[in-house]
Amino acid sequence: MDTSSSSLSQSQLSQPLPSDQTAALHGQPQPALIRLLQGSRLIKDKLAAASMLFLTIGSSLMIFLIALQLYQRSRPILAMKGLAELLFSTSWRPLRGEFGFFPFIMGTLWVTAVAVIIAVPLCLLTAIYLSEYAPRMVREWARPLVDLLAGIPSVVYGLWGILVIVPLIKNYIAPAFGTFSTGYSVLAAGMVLAIMIFPVIIHVSVEVFGSIPYEMREAALSLGATGWQTVKYVVLRKAMPGIIAAVVLGLSRAFGETMAVLMVAGNVARVPSSLLGPAYPLPALIANSYGEMLSVPLYDSALLLASLILLAIVLLFNILSRLILIRVERNIQ
Amino acid sequence: MELRPHVSIRNLNVFYGNEHALKNITVDIPQKKITAIIGPSGCGKTTLLRSLNRLVDSVDGVKVFGQILVHGQDILDPKIEVTEVRKKMGLLSQKPYPLPMSIYDNIAFGPRLHGLRDKKRLDEIVERYLREVSLWDEVKDRLQAPASKLSLGQQQRLCLARGLAVEPEIILGDEPTSALDPKSSQHIEARFLELKEKYTIVIVTHILRQARRLADYVLFLYFGELIEHGEASEVFENPKEAMTREYIKGTIS
Repeated sequence: MDTSSSSLSQSQLSQPLPSDQTAALHGQPQPALIRLLQGSRLIKDKLAAASMLFLTIGSSLMIFLIALQLYQRSRPILAMKGLAELLFSTSWRPLRGEFGFFPFIMGTLWVTAVAVIIAVPLCLLTAIYLSEYAPRMVREWARPLVDLLAGIPSVVYGLWGILVIVPLIKNYIAPAFGTFSTGYSVLAAGMVLAIMIFPVIIHVSVEVFGSIPYEMREAALSLGATGWQTVKYVVLRKAMPGIIAAVVLGLSRAFGETMAVLMVAGNVARVPSSLLGPAYPLPALIANSYGEMLSVPLYDSALLLASLILLAIVLLFNILSRLILIRVERNIQ
Repeated sequence: MELRPHVSIRNLNVFYGNEHALKNITVDIPQKKITAIIGPSGCGKTTLLRSLNRLVDSVDGVKVFGQILVHGQDILDPKIEVTEVRKKMGLLSQKPYPLPMSIYDNIAFGPRLHGLRDKKRLDEIVERYLREVSLWDEVKDRLQAPASKLSLGQQQRLCLARGLAVEPEIILGDEPTSALDPKSSQHIEARFLELKEKYTIVIVTHILRQARRLADYVLFLYFGELIEHGEASEVFENPKEAMTREYIKGTIS
């Protein structure tokens, strides 16, 4: 390393300096000073590279460190019970030492699935309109407003859910299906979550559409395609990998969202049986219970296991989507 | 040379916002000939070409006045079905943009849009037009491969075949060889000379020598104005306008 860098500075010295520097040094060449200056520049460069490398390694290791810590702390419960029992038992009675996470896992999956099913079509249509159809004025106003949704604190979404979505479900949607619901339900949590992930999916999708060369659309248009045919057969096809990435970003946010969901999901530790019934997703369980019932034996360990399971679910979906992405990219070129 | 007009442009004015991009263009484009639109960059050549298939429509804040008559029908008439207009004009852009699908599907795209579903007919069309641009032998064994795997020159011929497959009357080329290597450019030029037997061809080019090689008829545009038009030999050998003379000599560009 050292030898190569000194030879580099030597060779740089042998090259003519830019004219202003030559003028400044005219008459009294000071190779030592120049070497020092050159040297300190190179040292700075190395320092910068090294510290950035360190930070990169640090942040990419963080996930392992967190997972390791969670695993360490959940070992007591893993030592007492089988993993299968913990994952698939539906009985959650911490006072009796029964810790079945199945209701919470299902709660998380249900709520997230509902959110994504609601959000994806709406977001795609919005993004398509903004990128393909909207006049510039509309686009310039609508995009920042949509982005603003991302800045609303989670607890505000939760309150809004309680004030608007919960009564809506209780008074209108449930009666329309001839059933009763308190309103605190999978559907309520899914709807609130859907709105929370709107900005992510819309923003990324619009960016992805924007990255497709306009000439590709013109190619389709010039063959006599309508605007919609162009979107359907060319733009969406070309954008598919990006759209998948957008949905996964939304999905990851939805899995982990805690506060708003906790406020409207009902939080009953049972496997959800209907959209209008309550759910108790993992993040809500952790946030509700951690620090409160830690006198119960193994409770602390159980909650850390819940965190680990949540992390595993998110990672699993990320890996899966990565695999899908690779396949899709191979098919569409 | 006998010239029958295929497209008649009458008092065409195009504005981009306040910018007057085309100023009162009136000209006839002859049938089954190659017409070259020449002129310095940014003088409205591409705008004129894009007016012919109404791709200018998609520019924000564009206003188009005047008439473009094809078989006596004004294609700028807002009542007219724009997809029908475009179907009559195959477009070849500066860089090839194959659609994100296989070679086969690229050619079949147009016919499918217009309702053709019969697999055998599609197979025939794909083969016929790939042959017409002399690409068939190079790709017949990998029709299902993504079109983006082809070389640039092959992609441009594919795009030409894709345009021909909707059976246009007119081929529009927007500097169609500018992204290609000399060999591929030659290939495209040779195709154009064959295709003018059946199609009316309009190309925008900033390469004067290309215009000399290909064109039967020339339009010289300068800052949105049609300075001179006429048979290629006439315009190149004996330009009437001083501006044209200078452009051809290379003193203005």
